Amino acid sequence: MEELLRILEELHPEIDFNTHEHLIDDKILDSFDIVTLIAEINDEFDVSIPAHEIVPENFNSAKALYSLIERLKDED
Amino acid sequence: MLFTSYSFILFLCVLISLYYLIPKRLQWKLLLLGSFVFYFFSGWSNLLYILATIVSTYFIGLKIDELNRKQADYLKENKEKLTKEEKKLYKEKIKAKQWSWLLACLFFNLGILAVVKYTNFAIANINSVLSIFRMTELSFVNIILPMGISFYTFKTMGYIIDVYRGKYEPERNIGKLALFVSFFPQLVQGPISRYDDLAQTLYQEHSFEPKTFSFGFQRVLWGYFKKLVIADRIVAAVLTITRNPEKYDGIYVLVGMVFYAIQLYADFTGGIDITIGVSQMLGIEVKENFIRPYFSKSIEEYWRRWHITMGTWFRDYIFYPLSVCKPMLNLSRFSRNHFGDKIGKRIPVYTATLVVWFTTGIWHGSSWNFIVWGLLNGIIILISQELQPLYEKFHQKVKIGDTFGFRLFRIGRTFLLMSSLRILDCYRDVGISFKMFFSMFAKPDLKPLIDGSLLKLGLDMADYIVLIAGVILLVSFSLIQRKGSVREMLSAKPAVLRYSIYIVLFFTVLVFGAYGIGFDSNQFIYNQF
Repeated sequence: MEELLRILEELHPEIDFNTHEHLIDDKILDSFDIVTLIAEINDEFDVSIPAHEIVPENFNSAKALYSLIERLKDED
Repeated sequence: MLFTSYSFILFLCVLISLYYLIPKRLQWKLLLLGSFVFYFFSGWSNLLYILATIVSTYFIGLKIDELNRKQADYLKENKEKLTKEEKKLYKEKIKAKQWSWLLACLFFNLGILAVVKYTNFAIANINSVLSIFRMTELSFVNIILPMGISFYTFKTMGYIIDVYRGKYEPERNIGKLALFVSFFPQLVQGPISRYDDLAQTLYQEHSFEPKTFSFGFQRVLWGYFKKLVIADRIVAAVLTITRNPEKYDGIYVLVGMVFYAIQLYADFTGGIDITIGVSQMLGIEVKENFIRPYFSKSIEEYWRRWHITMGTWFRDYIFYPLSVCKPMLNLSRFSRNHFGDKIGKRIPVYTATLVVWFTTGIWHGSSWNFIVWGLLNGIIILISQELQPLYEKFHQKVKIGDTFGFRLFRIGRTFLLMSSLRILDCYRDVGISFKMFFSMFAKPDLKPLIDGSLLKLGLDMADYIVLIAGVILLVSFSLIQRKGSVREMLSAKPAVLRYSIYIVLFFTVLVFGAYGIGFDSNQFIYNQF
């Protein structure tokens, strides 16, 4: 989780990703951020997030995103 | 059959009456029949194209699902026998088969779209190369673009990709799938609905709800007002200016640019108002396609508020899959290792953005004008993304704040920027478009604005008065809309006031509508895409 928070903070240092739960709905993460994020996650966690998983529920909070990474790791 | 034709009004009256009279379980079947009748009147041969799309997508959807079931059964039967690795291999094998079916569906349907829409464009480009070598040029082919093909093909391809992704199960009733693809209010110019948004409401049984029906009717009336009173009136001046570039340059280009922005907005959102309103009269909910786009403060925001269903389609089915696919991620890693983090991170985003905007451009029309228009949109979005840190620094130093004046400046800037790009929609080729754009700066003579020249563009004083009143009404409506639904607000007003407004609007459309012969006014701009 720390690693994920580090990646997110690099993108938007002004946001507290521990508490924010509406990253997509509040338009903090845009499509460019999401693509950068997925590339970083791919490198750091060795997990590829397929396009159909790019939905607000998976990207609205760091916690949701971490759950997605864990789920995809298990599926692998 | 245009939305703005007597035959459409007659068709709608008959269809809606029958819709609420027949048993409710037959309603969706009547809509299917109505949609095919509507499409038939646009040319019977068009029916063959849409049928080919429906049938191919239906069977391939079922095939993909059959493979899912086969996989589930096999894994269940052999749960104990198979190792994790074997299960993974089996799943990959099934996925590969599903991928082949998906590709077949995409190639077939996008192939039809490509052939009917781009053959002559390709021939024109080949001919320009052949002419350099003084070789015999190819003759153009006579293909009529089936109405709405870009819209229904994208709608259907979204459906099959979602089925492949396992987002939902395929529709097992071919009639119901046919209705989703051919639902008549959306055939002409979208919105490009998603199956999971539309299917439920489309196949449901609907009782007559006076309030919903009346709201739908009001929306249709508002759509006709935009289309007939504003768009079809102002088009005369737009055409005069843009078809005679040698005569109308300089300040006229700015006038044409602003007029075209008004025309396009009134035309396209008016058409969508009719679509959503007609659907609502049938009890069917269709997602919004616009959120007051001309109030956007940046080009990115504009594209989130203009033709939303097209933008999200490109985002979900092209931008994301392309930018997060394995080859792209590998390319990104390679570039990061060789050219540093900054460049490497940008490769997927830049590539996918340019591909999306190239596709958006060519989707709008088979000409270089649209391709250049699309790419310029993409390039400006990328530049503004790159300039973001600079803006932030500037705002830290110069405390402008989120004042009304600054917001207005940003809205005006975005409007002018988008209108400038749309010059490419209007002129016959890219060269002329750029020449006209630069003529605004080269010939900054404002005299035509005040010496009566504007009255020689095909609009007289009465037309200008109607247009100014119409635009004031549009802007006021949008401003009120920010606080909530205008129709809800109206419904809370006393009946006398409410009905007076409806009657005035109705007669405004009747009296001030710019009708052509036999009430067959201009085609909607987006019909041609």
